[in-house]
Order: sequence, then structure tokens, then C-alpha cells
Amino acid sequence: MISLAFILKFIVAAVGAGTPLLFGTVGEIMSEKVGHLNLGVEGMMSVGAVAGFAAGYATGNLACAMVFAFLAGMLSALIYAVLTVSFMANQNVIGLTLTIFGIGFANFVGVYMIGRTGTNNWQLPANLIEQMKNVDIPFLSDIPVLGKLLFSYDPFTYVGIAIALACGWYLFRTKAGLNAQAIGENPAAADAASIRVTKWKYINILLGGGICGIGGAYCSMVINGGVWISDCVGGLGWISVALVIFAAWKPQMAILGSFVFGALRILKYYMPAVIPIAFFNMLPFVITAIVLLAASIRGAKGSHIPENLGNNYFREER
Amino acid sequence: MKKILAFVCALAMMTALFAGCGNNNNEQPSNSGNEGGGAGIAVENIKVGVIHIGDPATGSGYSYTHDQGIVAMQQNLGLSDDQIVRKNNIDDADATAIENAMNECIEEGCNIIFATSWGYMDTCEALAAEHPDVFFSHGTGYKSNGTNFNNYFGRIYQARFLSGIAAGLKTQTNKIGYVSAQGSENGECTSGIDAFAMGVASVNPDAVVEVKVTNSWYDPEGEGQAAQALIDDGCDVIAQHCDTNNPQIKARDNNVWGVGYNSDMTAEVGDAVLTSVVWNWGAYYTTAVQNVINGTWVPGTNVENYFGSLADGLLDITALSPEAAEGTQDAIAIAEAAINDGSFDVFTGTYTDAAGNTIGCDGVMECNDGTTLEVDGTNYAAITKYYKNVVVK
Repeated sequence: MISLAFILKFIVAAVGAGTPLLFGTVGEIMSEKVGHLNLGVEGMMSVGAVAGFAAGYATGNLACAMVFAFLAGMLSALIYAVLTVSFMANQNVIGLTLTIFGIGFANFVGVYMIGRTGTNNWQLPANLIEQMKNVDIPFLSDIPVLGKLLFSYDPFTYVGIAIALACGWYLFRTKAGLNAQAIGENPAAADAASIRVTKWKYINILLGGGICGIGGAYCSMVINGGVWISDCVGGLGWISVALVIFAAWKPQMAILGSFVFGALRILKYYMPAVIPIAFFNMLPFVITAIVLLAASIRGAKGSHIPENLGNNYFREER
Repeated sequence: MKKILAFVCALAMMTALFAGCGNNNNEQPSNSGNEGGGAGIAVENIKVGVIHIGDPATGSGYSYTHDQGIVAMQQNLGLSDDQIVRKNNIDDADATAIENAMNECIEEGCNIIFATSWGYMDTCEALAAEHPDVFFSHGTGYKSNGTNFNNYFGRIYQARFLSGIAAGLKTQTNKIGYVSAQGSENGECTSGIDAFAMGVASVNPDAVVEVKVTNSWYDPEGEGQAAQALIDDGCDVIAQHCDTNNPQIKARDNNVWGVGYNSDMTAEVGDAVLTSVVWNWGAYYTTAVQNVINGTWVPGTNVENYFGSLADGLLDITALSPEAAEGTQDAIAIAEAAINDGSFDVFTGTYTDAAGNTIGCDGVMECNDGTTLEVDGTNYAAITKYYKNVVVK
């Protein structure tokens, strides 16, 4: 009954469902690695969603949309960074307000644009929608099984994987990245070792926000097929925050984690309806619990929560 | 001090009293001109309140569709903008917010309040008792008090049957997908699926209707994913009972077809949408406000509920896409004529199609679990079983 072709289609759909989570998770890891728990992922994604959508609407160019989504995500993360790094405000409160602000801002711009189009809907141009479709590379995509498995996703997915790998390399293979991790573990020690704490906090938080912004653009542009819908991120930012734990603060693991979560989110539509939907809705949480349990038993190196996560660093209090 | 206050109060009351008389005098001539002859309200004095669960400015979906109905009513009756009071984003699970919104409408002088979402029902009932001079008209529910609180809804299954014909003729894989917001326990969704499936069966007995449930009235991501799963399973027409365009967009992007719902989805998706099942709420809103204006509905007297049909113009299917199969228009026309002349009402009655087959279950529906269910045209909203060609995936 269940054919190989059907399983391949399921995997393609699962990766599609996991892509926005990948951006959100990697973005949040970047921020948490310097000790800043940013609960504003949902808001930064929303701002990126509307900025990317607007840029795509204006230019009809996918790369341009991604760049603007990235910049807008950075800008919204800048609000968070200024308030928590420079002004030492409570990270949880600022993150939550950033979420509320971001969603409201995106919906506000969206409704304003819908009113201005004259057709009562805000839509991307057809040539951009064509660019967002799953790629079809000659020869490569035609390879049986492998072609479908590796070369049949939309451009966002490849960008997301590239960003995740780059962030993994940056955090674990470069001096700057290791320094940034030291800040998240013990900012006072890092400061004493002449690492510029404030500067690297800003850099990481802003990069993280930008990455979240691209994930938001995926929500508004791909998930909703180029038609603007209010609240388009729809809670994916929150799942991303949770996925950080699943990924054990490793961007490479986030690739696997987000695709597994994507699969879990769509499993209910691909399984026969004999099992109640509530069971499938519960699955991601069960899996997270199991992974946490396994991680703590295994005690893997480097896969623990940054020691100073959630605490602001005030030099004079050393 | 108290005496002065009392005097001022008395003065104010008297002024109000005279002002009231004055109004009555002004209204008298226009009332006597009306057919009802009773205590109607002049067109320029009527005020209409609307409670929306979402924001109509979002350009599509449930609240937008209702608001288009209000706009149509306003144009039909020539009301000015300040005669419409809109309360948007009123959560239908928040009793305090609903009550506040409705009280604000009443304070602003509304004569009739349309409450467009299911969850407003109980608040309507309570406030209708408190304010016997204001009409409360509640959509999609079942409660009413016969005097100043009614409910309105429509036979949307008629339009769904017609759209099923378009889907049944188009499919080549003989698998038609249906993204439903709620499972079989929800009669509104289930009766819609059954009517659609009957329409499919009337022209294509070999086709099955595969149903996937999102368990949410609004889940943009899930609605698209459910549609993709149906397409991956081989469905080549995707119908829907949910709020966003996403199932139709998935159909278009996979080079298959769809049947939209709520508003004409060709606007966003293009010709891949064979047709859309739509509500024209303006048909009811115009009738209702007209009834208040000409005194057909007077608070405290008999006010009937409204249950509109295809013939009333409350619901319809949109013009067929050029991609619809050949002969779709003719097949739909025969069924539509039978529905409009009353000989066939999807769950009751029968009609004869162009090939001479008798179509319709005539009150006894064969279910997909092998049993039969008696349906008489009044209990259709309580149907919790699927028609024989429906498969739940």
C-alpha cells in the first residue's frame, strides 16, 4: 500500500514543513550561545515575513526578498540587543514584548497594503512565485530516489541548510565563534580574557535575528503561496525556541531536528486516520522528552545549555 | 446643593422627554408611508451594528465575506457610513468582550445588531432579554426568542452539491481530496462533505472523496499540508471547508485543480480553481434591515428565523473556470433547476439527469460504514456520518 514514491513525497513535504523551523532554531542558537535567551523569535520572524514579502512584491526577486527579510530581522533583533545588552533589561520580558510587537507590526503593514492594492488582496508577482517553487535541476533531479531526496526542495531549504552549516562552522571551528561561546558560559572570564563581550553579543544577536527573519519570509511567501495572510508565522517561532533544546545548541543538529519536527507535524496527514489526531499533536513533545533524557544520560560534550543563559552581564558587578 | 442638583436633573429629564416627543413626531410621516404601517424606522434613522470575529480588512476569509454582505446591504438601502457600527476582532470565546461590544453598539443607537460568529449566541440571548427594543440577529447558531432575537444561516449544501458535479467530472484519478476543518462529529462540515460527495457520485459513481481533517477553523500551514498530503496520495481535485486559500494554492502548484470556499478564490489562485462555493450574506442583511425599516419586524412581535437557499441568492457557486470539464455547465444547470423548483434538495427529493438516471437519495442516505441514515431536510445539520463514497484518510 505504502510505496517508495509515497515515502519520498512524505520526506519532501516534511523537509518543507521543517524549513521555517530550521531558520528560527539556528537564529535562536546564535543568540543563546552568547547567553541571551531571545523569546522574540516569533516577532522577528513576523517582521522578516512582512519585510521579505514587501521586497518581493516590489522587486519580484527572491534573493532581494531574502536580503530584506534578513535586514529586517536584524533590525528587530537590534531592539532586543540594545535593551538587554546595553540597558540590561530583563531578557524574558523584552523577548515577549518583541514577539507581540513583531506580530502586530507585520499585521499592521499587511492590512495597510491590502487596502492599497485595490483588489483586496496583497499578492506576490507571478514570476516570483515561479522562483519559489521546488527546484528542478536537469539531470540531478531526475536521478531515481536520490534526485527526489536531495534536489527537489525550494530555494529557502538550501539557503537554510547552508546557513546552519556556516553557523556550525563559525561557532565551533573559528576563534571568534569559540570566544562567543565563552561569553555565553562565563562573560566575566571572557571579559578578563580580553574578549569584547558587548561587541560579540551584538554581532551574534543581530545575526540570529537576521536568520529568523528569512524563516519568517518562508512563512509569508512559501507556506501561504504568495498571498499575504495575517499572523502568517502562526506559532512556528515558539516551536523553534523549543527546538533549540532538541538540537542541543548545535546548528548542525538543528538541521536534523527541524526536519524531524517537520515530519512529526505532517505525519497526521500521511498516516491512516485510525489513530486520533491528538496523538500526533502530542508526538513532538514526547520526542523532545526522549531526546532530553537520552542527552542527559549520554552526557555529550558541548551539548549542554550555555551556563550564563538568561543573565545579563554587568561589568562593574564582577 | 442637593436641591439644585435635583432641579437640574428634572430639567434634563424634561428636555429629554420633549426631545423624544419631537423625534416621534418627525418619524410619524415616514412611518405611515410604509407598507407595514407599523412602527418602522426611517432609513435615515436606522443604525446597524456588526460584530466580527476577525478583521474584515484582511481581504479574504470569514469576516471579510460577512463584511462584503454588510457593504452590499449598505449600498442596496443607501445607508451612510456612520449608520454602520463595526466591532472587529471580538473573540467569540470571550463573553465580556462580546457583551462590551454589543453594549457599545446599543449605546451608539443601533436598532439591529448582526452577530456573525457561533460563539456570540448566548450573549445575544441574554442581551436580547435586557434590551427588548433592539434586534439581535445571530449567524450560524440555533437559538432565538421569536421577538427580538433570531438566527440566520443557509442551505450551503445546495451549492456544495453543485460544486461536487464540477469536481466529479474533472477528476481523472477518481480521487477527490477534501480538506475539512472539523471531523465527522461536526454536522456543518459533515453535511457539507456529504452533499459534495453526492454531487460527485451523481456524475461519477467510481470516484471517491478522501477527507483530511485539520482540527482547526484557521490553520494556514496545516490546511496547505493536508492538501499536499491528499495530492501526494493521488487526488487531482482539492475541495475545502476551511478558511484560507492554501489548499487551492497547493493544488495549483502541483498542477491539479480545486474547489474553493467562502469567497471566489480564482482572485488569488487563478483558473486552477474550477469554482468556489460562496456565501452572499448581503442577501440576508438587506432583507433583515429592510424588514426593520418598513416595520415588518417590530421588537416584541413575531420575528422569524432565516434559512436562505440558492433561490434566495444567499449562496451560490462562482462562474466555472475555463479549465472545468466539458459538459459541467449543463450538468450543473439541470441540478440547479431541480433545486430551485423544489423537487430536489440534495438530502430529499430526486431529479433525472441528462442520461435519464435518477439522482438523489430521497431521504435515505447510504453511509460509508454500510448503514443507512434517514435525512429529512431539517436534521441535516446533525448528520455525523459520511456518504458511501467518502474515505477518511
